[in-house]
Amino acid sequence: MSGDTNSKLVLRDFSVFHGKDHSLRRVSMDVKTNRILGVIGPAGSGKTTFLRALNRLNDLTPEIRTEGTALLDGDDIYGGSYDVVRLRKRVGMLFALPVALPMSIYDNVLYGPRLSGVRDRRRLSEVVERSLTAAFLWDEVKDRLQMSGLRLSGGQQQRLCLARVLAMEELEVILLDEPCSGLDPISTAKIEDALTILKDRYTIILVTNNTKQAARVADETAFFLMGEMVEMGPTGTVFTVPADPRTGEYITGKFG
Amino acid sequence: MKMSGEKAVRFGLMLLAFSSLASLLLIAVFILKEGVPFIIHYGVREFLLGLNWQPHKQEYGIYPMIISSLWVTIGAMLIGAPLGIAGAIFLNEFVPRTVMRIIKPTIELLAGIPSVVYGFIGVMVLAPFIRAYMGGPGLSVLAASVILGIMILPTIISISTDAIGAVPNTYREAALSLGATRWQSVYMVTIKAARSGIVASIILAMGRALGETMAVIMVAGNAVRVPHTPLDSVRTLTANIAMEMGQASGMHRQALFATGVILLCVIMLLNGIAISVVRGGVRRK
Repeated sequence: MSGDTNSKLVLRDFSVFHGKDHSLRRVSMDVKTNRILGVIGPAGSGKTTFLRALNRLNDLTPEIRTEGTALLDGDDIYGGSYDVVRLRKRVGMLFALPVALPMSIYDNVLYGPRLSGVRDRRRLSEVVERSLTAAFLWDEVKDRLQMSGLRLSGGQQQRLCLARVLAMEELEVILLDEPCSGLDPISTAKIEDALTILKDRYTIILVTNNTKQAARVADETAFFLMGEMVEMGPTGTVFTVPADPRTGEYITGKFG
Repeated sequence: MKMSGEKAVRFGLMLLAFSSLASLLLIAVFILKEGVPFIIHYGVREFLLGLNWQPHKQEYGIYPMIISSLWVTIGAMLIGAPLGIAGAIFLNEFVPRTVMRIIKPTIELLAGIPSVVYGFIGVMVLAPFIRAYMGGPGLSVLAASVILGIMILPTIISISTDAIGAVPNTYREAALSLGATRWQSVYMVTIKAARSGIVASIILAMGRALGETMAVIMVAGNAVRVPHTPLDSVRTLTANIAMEMGQASGMHRQALFATGVILLCVIMLLNGIAISVVRGGVRRK
């Protein structure tokens, strides 16, 4: 049933239904530890649904239900007794549009640690510096940590959100939902740089509309089409000798 | 031809807008014209801090009524604000949309009940209850606070619900995805984001509580005295004006207008405090 031991996430016949729509169709995959998985596919292919299923944000929408198994370190995250709040602390998410919370930069970064009950001021300051540095934002904001996070530029806000995810102590998996879709090339490059460093510590799943971005940073790439996972393999292979002709057509821009 | 039509509409609307402004101005001017000379003539200190209100002896001290108004208003806020805000949060975050669409209009209907009906319930039900179980005359600060606290609920719930509903869903998702429980996301993010709207609802409710007259006359007891406990009978500024305006003339009548001036000032003061609290909170962020 489960994949080999260095798989962080294992999906078997995993489906998501949106009311009557079958928006994710029987996906089976192994996501390896400390790797970046790129997920590509045209709009409406189920990429975001897939991502939101992995930290159970879909729970918020009552008409969504799932079938099949999704295992994190061997435990079924949709199992009846599974602790959803703990799951979300282990599996962090970065959204397509940056969502800085209406509070200071400092408080934004510390939102997660404070929820986990960290109160020691020195430790909190260390977390802020470490997380903002890892998100390539520290130098730009270190003199104005008390400023509202909402006053940062879009690119800075997205890196603030990344820092906020990285500040979570129990973090193991980072989900990114087209994190660079609204960003300029420089901010994009900074996020990509951060990701390639972060994979040493975390397992990363990057959903992107930009196939070149997947080619640049992903170790493995999965191609989704109309709710189905067409193929998944090492990025080099998927981009040069795809197993399915539809993958090649999408990558070369014939549709989508 | 078309342009002149545009101009006519614009001019008409401007006239309407200014007419409401003008009526506000007229009210203020009229009250000030009648009230201010009296305050100067009688003495600001004697008027505001005088303990005796005995028009037949030419004594016009409104200190007891200022304090009574503040007690009743603060009491109403202590009862109404937590209930109203909690209700708004509950409706937004923990109740399905369909249920909310039924409950919210029902609560707003409360605002349409005439205040004399609230007062009637206060006199018939609440005051005897207080008299029997807590002592005192029953008609009291407590009775007025409870009745007013209920009367301001629709204002607080309606405006707060809209403010909380306007908080982008992405905030909730961001908080939840960082490992917040439902309640943590509500009180650490949603309420913060909706704060200005919630405070606005409280300011409006406070104005209503301070200005309410009929229900207060019926349940507060109307004794002119400085209250020592919430069970004492009191007379508020508004009750004082409404009860005596009919038979007042000369100095007495001017004194009532002067009471109106003070009421105006107290409302502006309370609003000012509330606004500066909101601004201060924002600046600290």
